[in-house]
Amino acid sequence: MLAAMGATAAGLPLPALAQGTGRVLVLGGGFAGATVARTVKAAEPRLKVSLVEPNPTFTACPMSNLVIGGWRELSAQQFGYERIRASDIEVAFATATAVDADARRVKLDSGATLAYDRLVVAPGVEINWQGLPGYDEAAAEIMPHAWKAGAQTLLLRRQLEAMEDGGLVVISVPANPFRCPPGPYERASLIANYLKARKPKSKVIILDAKDAFSKQRLFQEAWRQLYPEHLEWVALSNGGKVTSVEPGQLRLTTEFQEYRAAVANVIPPQRAGRLAELAGVADQTGWCPIDPVTFESRRVPYVHVVGDATIAGGMPKSAFSANAQAKVCAAAIVRLLAGEAPARPKLINTCYSLVAPDYGISVAGVYEPVNGVLSEVAGAGGVSPAAAPRAERAAEAAYAEGWFNTITAEVFG
Amino acid sequence: MSRTRVLVVAGLLLTPGAAASAEPPPGAASCSGCHPVGANANTPVPRLLGRGAGELTAAMEAFKSGQKPSTVMGRIAKGFTAPEIAAIAEWYAAQH
Repeated sequence: MLAAMGATAAGLPLPALAQGTGRVLVLGGGFAGATVARTVKAAEPRLKVSLVEPNPTFTACPMSNLVIGGWRELSAQQFGYERIRASDIEVAFATATAVDADARRVKLDSGATLAYDRLVVAPGVEINWQGLPGYDEAAAEIMPHAWKAGAQTLLLRRQLEAMEDGGLVVISVPANPFRCPPGPYERASLIANYLKARKPKSKVIILDAKDAFSKQRLFQEAWRQLYPEHLEWVALSNGGKVTSVEPGQLRLTTEFQEYRAAVANVIPPQRAGRLAELAGVADQTGWCPIDPVTFESRRVPYVHVVGDATIAGGMPKSAFSANAQAKVCAAAIVRLLAGEAPARPKLINTCYSLVAPDYGISVAGVYEPVNGVLSEVAGAGGVSPAAAPRAERAAEAAYAEGWFNTITAEVFG
Repeated sequence: MSRTRVLVVAGLLLTPGAAASAEPPPGAASCSGCHPVGANANTPVPRLLGRGAGELTAAMEAFKSGQKPSTVMGRIAKGFTAPEIAAIAEWYAAQH
């Protein structure tokens, strides 16, 4: 067979499987994992595809900052797996408890053991509970992170609603890398918008462990226009890095001073989700190195990693990136299982942020593998223009919502 | 898209199998993050499936040159070469 000869000549193992057979197992049913499952199945219906996800309801993070300010309900963020199951993908609501990468088997808490030819780990992020002194799971019930959408999102919303006018809202932002780089600044913007309208004597302070951030010029331009009295950003070099918290006192301590908050939103340091450690695909950074052509783990063969958990070079940890990576990974898996060489990919990311419900800004990038790393294509990408007319900001806000509707329809619809 | 597309790997010509022949060319799979493929998404962003290859190529080239104003598309189009744009356009035109 020519394909098999080609694969051998390219230094790849001979395909163990007849074309179109094989079993793809996906752990994690977010934007990344669910997209891999659906794309593999659509590209090669003869493959057996299984998706293992503990939660029968997916709650999407993008747009969830609108829930915090009361513009949107959490139910608009939630999606089920019925359509995925209907597309001939086996969906198990269970938790993986062990990965045997040598035998290529995964054990579930249900007692079942699933074999795979290719495993996809899409764990998203988890909070690093050792990352910020004083911040543990109990603290998160008092100082919500709201960095995984759901109950935490609603807790932060209730705290804001209950706060007296004049109260101080403090948002703590970690150093890179973390999920959704512009997300903290979108959140601060929308909270400032809420305060300006509903609690005008209040303000929001961002305590930042960085001196620069995503779409910074655009955010700061908008803050000067919209929220000069209601939003303050404290950079790392001005003492912004939070070094410890005391939830009982609603106190956040930086290198220079202490802040007493009425509402404290602590966005803590993060790492790849638990499944990454279980599968052995995370390195000492807590994140997962991958081959940028196939998204196969650099550490464990036959295991692929997609989405926020990856070290994806220039690509940010966004739902758009996760979805784009998942499609590339799926195409590579279909080829590998057919004994073919994977194609060199090109990927796009587009991220919208809302500075106000009708004021959107974006960053876009095009990426390709260069020397084993996903690198941004020079001369492309970048952020929305500065000083753009308000109609353009309104158009980007509409595109943001359209993007959310489209991507969730593609993945879960 | 041509079903006789060939790849050169380590000096050998190999013909991809049936599964790979429908595979989108580099970059094309990312488009459906914003451009809907189903009928039911509520968005101002236009569909690409089934549009003419000439129309899609012309639009991308006009975004790339700045001749056609845009929010994000100009920034994205600049990341693709003319042959890449043509391949993406042909692939979308062939989808139903």
